[in-house]
Amino acid sequence: MTELTALTLAQARDGLTGKTFSARELTDAHLAAVEQARALNAFVLETPEVARDMAAASDARLAKGEGGPLEGIPLAIKDLFATKDVRTTACSRILENFVPAYESTVTAQLWRDGAVLLGKTNNDEFAMGSSNETSAFGSVVNPWRRENDATKLVPGGSSGGSAAAVAAHLCLGATATDTGGSIRQPAAFTGTVGMKPTYGRCSRWGTVAFASSLDQAGPIARSVRDAAILMRAMSGHDPKDTTSADVLVPDFEAAVGRSIKGMRIGIPKEYRLDGMPAEIEALWHQGGEWLKTAGATLVDVSLPHTRYALPAYYIVAPAEASSNLARYDGVRYGLRVPGRNITEMYEKTRAEGFGKEVRRRVLIGTYVLSAGYYDAYYLRAQKVRTLIKKDFEDCFAAGVDAMLTPATPSAAFGIGEKGKADPVEMYLNDIFTVTVNMAGLPGIAVPAGLDRQGLPLGLQLIGRPFDEETLFSLGQVIEDAAGRFSPQRWWSA
Amino acid sequence: MSVDADTVRRIAHLARIAVAEDEVAPLQGELNAILSFVEHLSEVDVTDVAPMTSVTPMRMKERDDVVTDGEIPDAIVGNAPAREGDFFVVPKVIE
Repeated sequence: MTELTALTLAQARDGLTGKTFSARELTDAHLAAVEQARALNAFVLETPEVARDMAAASDARLAKGEGGPLEGIPLAIKDLFATKDVRTTACSRILENFVPAYESTVTAQLWRDGAVLLGKTNNDEFAMGSSNETSAFGSVVNPWRRENDATKLVPGGSSGGSAAAVAAHLCLGATATDTGGSIRQPAAFTGTVGMKPTYGRCSRWGTVAFASSLDQAGPIARSVRDAAILMRAMSGHDPKDTTSADVLVPDFEAAVGRSIKGMRIGIPKEYRLDGMPAEIEALWHQGGEWLKTAGATLVDVSLPHTRYALPAYYIVAPAEASSNLARYDGVRYGLRVPGRNITEMYEKTRAEGFGKEVRRRVLIGTYVLSAGYYDAYYLRAQKVRTLIKKDFEDCFAAGVDAMLTPATPSAAFGIGEKGKADPVEMYLNDIFTVTVNMAGLPGIAVPAGLDRQGLPLGLQLIGRPFDEETLFSLGQVIEDAAGRFSPQRWWSA
Repeated sequence: MSVDADTVRRIAHLARIAVAEDEVAPLQGELNAILSFVEHLSEVDVTDVAPMTSVTPMRMKERDDVVTDGEIPDAIVGNAPAREGDFFVVPKVIE
């Protein structure tokens, strides 16, 4: 690893403004790292020419003292964000040749602030998956391996490519999206920091839609500070997204390192699962102790509807997906498979264009929204969602500032190990993260340690709506205590 | 509740996804696994609970009723699998 890829985003920013190195040198170092790491399959499109042009423009702005907050910082972009004139596929065959004529709001804001595009990262098809195995471009390989064991592990999903690229030092940070855990679970599996902001904090405009009432963009980075820096650039009101919140964007970085003295941290008892690995239980306890040492108070709390969050999610999310994905019909963009008439064209196009998991979810969604079943499934799930949100509101009203939970029920598992016979086995990965989406709250996953086999494990902090700052402050306490984690580099070409 | 083979075919048609005959049985099993998982929701007492319509409290935004975008037909049809001029081409739908 060259020196420049060893830097955190914050250190690179300081090096650029201090003229220790140029944006072009920084970008070249990362482009070389990307090229040598193709075995990880983290990128589905590398954009070296775009990157070098953007870096040269950054150098010109830096020379004039006009650099933005992310000037010259090379980033990876999940292939769910539309990038103008750069192929955007959602890692689906149905969009395999799609080249947007527009830029997503989130990425437009990153370029406004001076960031550099290294390429597009792999993800589960349409962000539907927890292992990155549903991608039309094939699995991403986790840069982490078990000790003395070359078994290829999944990086988590759906933002698996982004998490792997950050963990392997191929970029200084990456964009990701989270509908049920797709930022936090891969962050936990790769020893990186992942923030899912409050629903409405980041614009959804130009991001390929999966489940619109749950989808939210956020950053994956190697430190809490780096995630906070990216969050500021990604956030903000956008008139093009009616659900984007018209609230002030704070300087999230200023919250990093802020005292947590006197904060009340809820420990929800429903997150203690039967059969949860003892190491995760111990790490959770350890995390609480770290926060206590820094001056916080731990409070036992109850979120009684926790166990219903995942079943409710598997009604709401597929229902919204079936509606959102109706647009892929082979007419306006994307794949078209000819048929004898228009219905047959639709049916063949969608059969060939969608992978197995996407098809499954569209069918479930179609079923729960169909005549006669809407009340029993969809309406009931939305009522349960009200109760899930109320559980959190009751705790916050009782004076709890944030909650501490494990991020995932296990460490990263092997490619092909899960969900073969029963799709629900894979769904259970999101058991700790999905409640946060159902309630629209912010959540952050922070690496907290390694398991016996040397794999990273993460803790999750859940905050009040629009109080990401508290999560960054708490996350930094965990990072200070636990340290940061990087995998051994084995993938070099 | 569970789905039978005919229901799988019916849903697939509603969703406009062609499903081959040998895929019906495996799909039926997968869908039923998911449906039996979400069945847990029937344990919850939802009497007098309002269904969620918005996860964060927000007022519907209004804007002036004016044209803010447009005149970009090339960008609109640029990704079309089949086009003629500024039009999308589809198989004949009127007899």
